[in-house]
Amino acid sequence: MSNPFSSITADRRSVLKGAAAVGAMQIATPFVIPVRAADNIKMGMVDPLTGVYAAPAGNEVMGAKLAVEKINAKGGILGRQVELLVEDSANDVGTGVQKARKLIERDNVNFIIGDVNSGIAAAIAQVTAEKKVLHVVSGGHTDTITGKDCHWNVYRVCNTTRMEANSVSDLLYNKYGKKWHFITPDYAFGHTLYDACAANLKKLGGTVTGNELTPLGTTDFSPYLIKARAAKPDVLLLLVQGSDMINCLKQIVQFGLDKQIHVAGTQQELESLAGLPPEARIGIWMFEWYWKQPNVPHVAEFVADIRKVNGGKVPTARHWFGYTSAMTFALVANQQKTLDAVKLAQALSDFELPPEVKLQPNKVYYRKGDHQLMTSAFIGEAVSKGKDDPEDLFKVDSVVAGDKTAPPVADTGCTVKWPA
Amino acid sequence: MTQLLLFNVTNGLIIGAFYVLMALGLSLILNLSNVINFAHGGFLVIGGYIAYTLTPYVGFWGGLLIAPPLTAAIGFAVERVLIRPLYGRDPLYSLLLTFGLAFIIEDGTRFFWGAQGKPVTVPAFLATPLSYDFFFITGYRLFMVTVVVLTVALLFLFLRYTKLGVRIRAGTLDLETVAALGINIRMLRSINFAAGIFLAGLSGVLAAGQLGLEPTMGTGLLMPSFIAIIVGGVGSLTGTLLGGLLIGVASGVTAMFFPAASEAVMYVLMAVVLLVRPRGLLGEEGMLT
Amino acid sequence: MIDMQIRKVIVLATIWLALLFAPYWMAPLGGYTALATRVLVLGLAAMSVNFLLGFTGVLSFGHAAYFGLGAYGTGLALKFVTASTPLSLVLGMLLGGLAGGLLGALIVRRRGVYFAMVTIAFGQVFYYIAFQWSSLTGGDDGLRGFSRQPLDLGFFQIDILSNTDYFYYFVLFCFALAVSAMGIILGSPFGRVMIAIRENERRARFLGVPIERHIWIAFTLSCFFMGLAGALYALVNNFADPRGLHYSQSGDFVMMAVMGGMRSFWGPLLGAAVFVIVQDYLSSITVNWMSFVGMLFVLVVLFFPRGLLGFIRRKRAARGTQHESA
Repeated sequence: MSNPFSSITADRRSVLKGAAAVGAMQIATPFVIPVRAADNIKMGMVDPLTGVYAAPAGNEVMGAKLAVEKINAKGGILGRQVELLVEDSANDVGTGVQKARKLIERDNVNFIIGDVNSGIAAAIAQVTAEKKVLHVVSGGHTDTITGKDCHWNVYRVCNTTRMEANSVSDLLYNKYGKKWHFITPDYAFGHTLYDACAANLKKLGGTVTGNELTPLGTTDFSPYLIKARAAKPDVLLLLVQGSDMINCLKQIVQFGLDKQIHVAGTQQELESLAGLPPEARIGIWMFEWYWKQPNVPHVAEFVADIRKVNGGKVPTARHWFGYTSAMTFALVANQQKTLDAVKLAQALSDFELPPEVKLQPNKVYYRKGDHQLMTSAFIGEAVSKGKDDPEDLFKVDSVVAGDKTAPPVADTGCTVKWPA
Repeated sequence: MTQLLLFNVTNGLIIGAFYVLMALGLSLILNLSNVINFAHGGFLVIGGYIAYTLTPYVGFWGGLLIAPPLTAAIGFAVERVLIRPLYGRDPLYSLLLTFGLAFIIEDGTRFFWGAQGKPVTVPAFLATPLSYDFFFITGYRLFMVTVVVLTVALLFLFLRYTKLGVRIRAGTLDLETVAALGINIRMLRSINFAAGIFLAGLSGVLAAGQLGLEPTMGTGLLMPSFIAIIVGGVGSLTGTLLGGLLIGVASGVTAMFFPAASEAVMYVLMAVVLLVRPRGLLGEEGMLT
Repeated sequence: MIDMQIRKVIVLATIWLALLFAPYWMAPLGGYTALATRVLVLGLAAMSVNFLLGFTGVLSFGHAAYFGLGAYGTGLALKFVTASTPLSLVLGMLLGGLAGGLLGALIVRRRGVYFAMVTIAFGQVFYYIAFQWSSLTGGDDGLRGFSRQPLDLGFFQIDILSNTDYFYYFVLFCFALAVSAMGIILGSPFGRVMIAIRENERRARFLGVPIERHIWIAFTLSCFFMGLAGALYALVNNFADPRGLHYSQSGDFVMMAVMGGMRSFWGPLLGAAVFVIVQDYLSSITVNWMSFVGMLFVLVVLFFPRGLLGFIRRKRAARGTQHESA
């Protein structure tokens, strides 16, 4: 019986089943349960496929779909094929929560991935905790998800704001100077990012010349830039993201401010750099993952696989988030040989990702105390035109391990309470 | 301090000029046809994307010249097919229709061009500041203001001195009589709508040079246009002009002292105007009540 | 006459039976209880908009603001003031209703398109307040950290927090209260005057009816109902978020009312059901669901302006006349 509202990978299913059957026959292990076509394992994914976050969300879904293909090619989870059910949260909490309930109550998913929007991710986490479903937050950054609002069943792949701030602070201080001015988006993500950066700056002995809190969706940054310039800082840190980042950088370059003050920031994404005209691709940033890693195994394959489904374009950190989230479930379930959420959640504590999933140097693992993935920070500089590849818009200088950038567990405010 | 204030007022005027362009288009459509065009932001986005698609072939200037008329043509078609049937009815229906249209446009642009923002480059000589002191007046912003001033002047001349313009203005005051005089008001409305959309398309091309070009770009720009019209007075284009500049300056100056309220101040201004002078600054009593 | 009475009773009975047994007949059809709860809450909101739109003839396109205020009111109440779910509902409803009353007084003199624009703009004020006042409302991340509490009826507790079906019945109960109140008001002399204003405002004025005062009262009442709907919505999600205040949410409610049939009492509920279910279904199977929903709007406006119930009524009326002439 196939679910009429089933996943978008329906057309590939027959091919995958054939491949899986062949593969399963060749794996003569005691783990394999005979493939029952009607008995698929379902992964639910909730992401804002419409609205302002449509681009990163779409990329996350692409990454997850690739992961599910690969999982099924290797025999699935516990011998059963995996189905990815994708739902659009439309960047609205009510919809996100409803879709999460739909996936859990009606479609009986075993795992949930989502959401790019931190607020929705946190709201869904409440539902998954209530329903005892294992949940990986792929791309929502607010610290509280692995901080004071952490749950036993929730793990997160992308960085926390503290990790991001910690990764670049030393470099910016030593390279550019001690007077920093901030352009901060006025919501939780921006506030925590600013707090983290300001605290680091203070520890290093620098000063904050000002903090411009800009409303989300600001189109004109000139009043803030006027003030920033008047404060004469050494570095202007842009903490804004997405369209705000694009608008701000475009205007900074049009004003010629980049010739007077150094421009830098914390999180930057390939999606934003690609949306900027070449002359606006400037500054020092950290990426959460970057596609051009010539000496790291398996990365080139991943890039090639994504290029095939992405119109020839390379994967971004978002693709990797979706990929890793889906792979995490397969890895831990196949290792523990169970689908029980509590057992799997416990097994994920200090779970290390293998090279073909982590796709970076350094050890990458889910930390036990706060369920945060210790993923590396790729620090480097934006490049206006890629040298060998039009999409190589970031020059990576160093890759710092996650457990070096992450604050100690005690500082996160997370205490994981396991169910009785 | 005064220098900072002066900077922000000037800047506010520049931004206000942009709001004026958007609001005028909306106002034209509202005045003659009694239609609140919720899809105005969508047409702005279409204008921007058309210019982006044409730029590799005809350059930035070609895009600027061709995109607005093309967008206006799309607007003309939309008016004939979708909006014309609704004129006799309650204004509710045209409002709902443009609301649904906005959905379709947002999704359509995402479908054709992708959700990923597009890089838009402006000619290098425009993307530089005027001087070290007045750095925030870039060539591009000056160019934008020039375009707006030219367009507004042309619009007013058109409405004042051409037959079509006079008919539109007359229609705003009393459409029935205009029809009784034998004028084809259907064509008049269509052309008026297309003119409004032309302005929206032009706004889109200009906006794309300064903001990131992506499908949701238009939604944030729609509200200030509404407010400009309410503040300036429904039914008066000069009022809309004034309203746009006023809210631009108010927003810019507020951003200096109290950034969180820089958008909210526009609404406060609107509330004050509604309380003190409900018809708007230059509005006429009895327009569209 | 008696024929019509009997028909009315049958229709009412069918509606309430369908609602009472929703958790049972929805599942086999591919639905789920949380979907039904959502239909009820949004249906109540659409009916509140229709209270103003269909029965008084006044177009408020910024009504979602009071919906959102109700949600935030309840959320804040549960978070800081009380652990009682019913009390928080009342507080949320009050917030929405009182705000409506205040604003209504400012704008009752306007009509038509201008009134609509002003309501949109005022609605957006609240949106921006919720968005920017992040220390209180959580800003873009929304208001979190509260959840509906089990109902304590003295000798036993009803766990509406984790049991989806219990919660559905709780919402149905509140819905029933609100809808009955609405029905009573509409059947009362006040309700008759509202309809008179809708049909011909000038004539009503000549008859000595204080128009502005009536519209203001109707506006305030509809905002109270909206506030209740919003309060329930906060309980559904255990979350309140600024997007619930945005004019696009208002647009959705008006659309539901129009789609179901503006001139009928139950129309908006039907419209809400269609809208929620279509959106739920479409967004699962295609990323471009927004285009389809937009096209649905356009089609309804162009071809079914009287909505589904209006369409059915016309057909029945046509059949009726055929019968008579036969």
